[in-house]
Amino acid sequence: MDTLQLLISGLANGCVYGLIALGFVLIYKATEAVNFAQGDFMMLGAFVTIGLTNAGYMGVPFWLAVPISITIMAALGYLLDRFVIRLMFGQSQTAVVILTIALGFVIRFVAGMIWGHEPQSLENPLAGKELRLGELVLGMEDVAVIVVTVLLTWGLYEFFNRTKMGLAMQGASQNQLAAYYMGVPVKRVQGFIWALAGAVACIAGILFAAKGAVDPSTGLMGIKAFAAAVIGGFGSLPGALAGGLIVGVIEPFASRYIAAGYSQVAPYALLLAVLIFRPHGLFSQVRVKKV
Amino acid sequence: MRIVFKTDYMQDIRPWKDRYQLGLYLILLAVVFAAPMVIDDFYLGELTNVLIWALAGMGLMILTGHTGQASLGHAAFLAFGCYANIILMEQGVPFMVAFPVAGLLTGIVGVIIAIPALRLHGIYLAIATLAMSILTDDIIVLTEPWTGGVGGKYAPSVNVFGFDIDRWGTPKEFYYLVLGVVVIVTLGYINLMRAPLGRSFIAVRDSEVSAQAMGVDIARTKAMSFGLSCAVTGLAGALMGLFAGAFNNETFSVIISIELLMMIVIGGLGSIHGAFFGAIVIGFLPQFLSISKEWVGAVFGGSSVAIPGLEFGVFGMILIGFILFEPMGIYGRWLKIRTFFELFPFYRKDMFKRQKSYLKTERLR
Repeated sequence: MDTLQLLISGLANGCVYGLIALGFVLIYKATEAVNFAQGDFMMLGAFVTIGLTNAGYMGVPFWLAVPISITIMAALGYLLDRFVIRLMFGQSQTAVVILTIALGFVIRFVAGMIWGHEPQSLENPLAGKELRLGELVLGMEDVAVIVVTVLLTWGLYEFFNRTKMGLAMQGASQNQLAAYYMGVPVKRVQGFIWALAGAVACIAGILFAAKGAVDPSTGLMGIKAFAAAVIGGFGSLPGALAGGLIVGVIEPFASRYIAAGYSQVAPYALLLAVLIFRPHGLFSQVRVKKV
Repeated sequence: MRIVFKTDYMQDIRPWKDRYQLGLYLILLAVVFAAPMVIDDFYLGELTNVLIWALAGMGLMILTGHTGQASLGHAAFLAFGCYANIILMEQGVPFMVAFPVAGLLTGIVGVIIAIPALRLHGIYLAIATLAMSILTDDIIVLTEPWTGGVGGKYAPSVNVFGFDIDRWGTPKEFYYLVLGVVVIVTLGYINLMRAPLGRSFIAVRDSEVSAQAMGVDIARTKAMSFGLSCAVTGLAGALMGLFAGAFNNETFSVIISIELLMMIVIGGLGSIHGAFFGAIVIGFLPQFLSISKEWVGAVFGGSSVAIPGLEFGVFGMILIGFILFEPMGIYGRWLKIRTFFELFPFYRKDMFKRQKSYLKTERLR
């Protein structure tokens, strides 16, 4: 029973990692850039929602605040692309990596200025409720996290594979110039994907803040989500979720069964092992080019 | 405008362009050599700090600026160099031996890490090195018998040619020690970039495929680059440990790695000058901020409250500005200004413009 309980809480944590990883993968899929600030986006989304809905701030009803903050974050993602990332058009991945790291610093600083550095929790209607299945006691937040994540991943997966926009994004990522010649509106596609990544980050932030507390340095958790994305092989949406779940499940089990001090090493050790033995992830997207 | 009229093949190879340029660098050397006699101990300490950061920056510059491999994990090598130096000294090895050996050991570790890292490209390499940097913290705690873990270690005073040198007791002598190391490494670096190995670094950075076609052994070149880069970083780490006096597992955190990478980007990737310019920004930014905060407080009557995270916020904004508007960094801007005056009415805006490039996938190889 204990094992099952650990498993569920690990899965719920893993879903949050998976959602951040989903943000990485979305942007990577459409622009081949990696947004190192995705974790900070999540933190910002959480704080925007807290600022809207918590009694101490504006006190907007929860179910109204959620769509508003998702819209705000999506708009922010779009504006960011429009005024910052687009100036980098065609530059190397490394330049974008460094830019987004710097962006993370700025976001952390701004969030700290506005909401302070104390950990805060999101007041939500699910807090404190439990779901009892036989002997198993599940927090409603954990259940909500898992359900929302699975639905979102499935929806985005379908979106990428079925819709015209999804295909356009894949095209734009493989060769910008060729995609442009084929009539793909590359700039609009890129703006759209950043907005989408902002929205996903906001959802991840809301779920995370409902489960626990956020403070401006929570964004550094994004590094663990890298492990998730890399294990999934960057560029595969279900892979990102699977990677997130693996990392999330490993953590509680490692801290329970492995000596203290070694346990927090586990996700990163796994990350390095995956990178060494399968450099492009377990669900690799790299194919050898045939001339 | 100066025109260098070349009459000899040696003029293409030697490190300075003409006597004028050589003279400028000699004047600079004389100025930094005379600095301790002019400025007080506090600013001398800051200057020492800048030099140590410049040394670390040169270490990373070899790998990132000249070989094109972005590393977000160089704090790990700073830590390794620092601990190796102190542990060797605690075993009774004199500093004059322990210091180079620490650099050498770090270089060897760098080559060992390079072997799996050679398979990684671009962001994967960045993420792998980032993970390595995070693991360093835990590894230092886990190897407590050697490293002192969370409790940390204290740097003893060191003996160089019979002089006892200590960061606090004899700041001038410590400054000269650091300056000596920096000058030797810089000269080595300049010579490296003239040698076949350095040229092959640049070839690998610009295009791996073309480099391979020209007969450059990519794996060996990258491994050498890792090794040299880590060795220099290890030396910087050893000096950083001596400068800090006390250090533990959190001294060389992942933030230091990121700061180091950002520093060389601000300074200007792919130039030795860039490491120094970046170090000046990193070294004097905290002082500049505290002075300007006092100034703002005095003018607008507000109290000078401490704003947590301000330093990183400002740093991030400076960096974003540079990447967007001056990707070549401070050194690139300096080159442009210099060219403007050298060519005076003939400078055109597009002179440094790079060819427009478009993204192509790295998923097909």
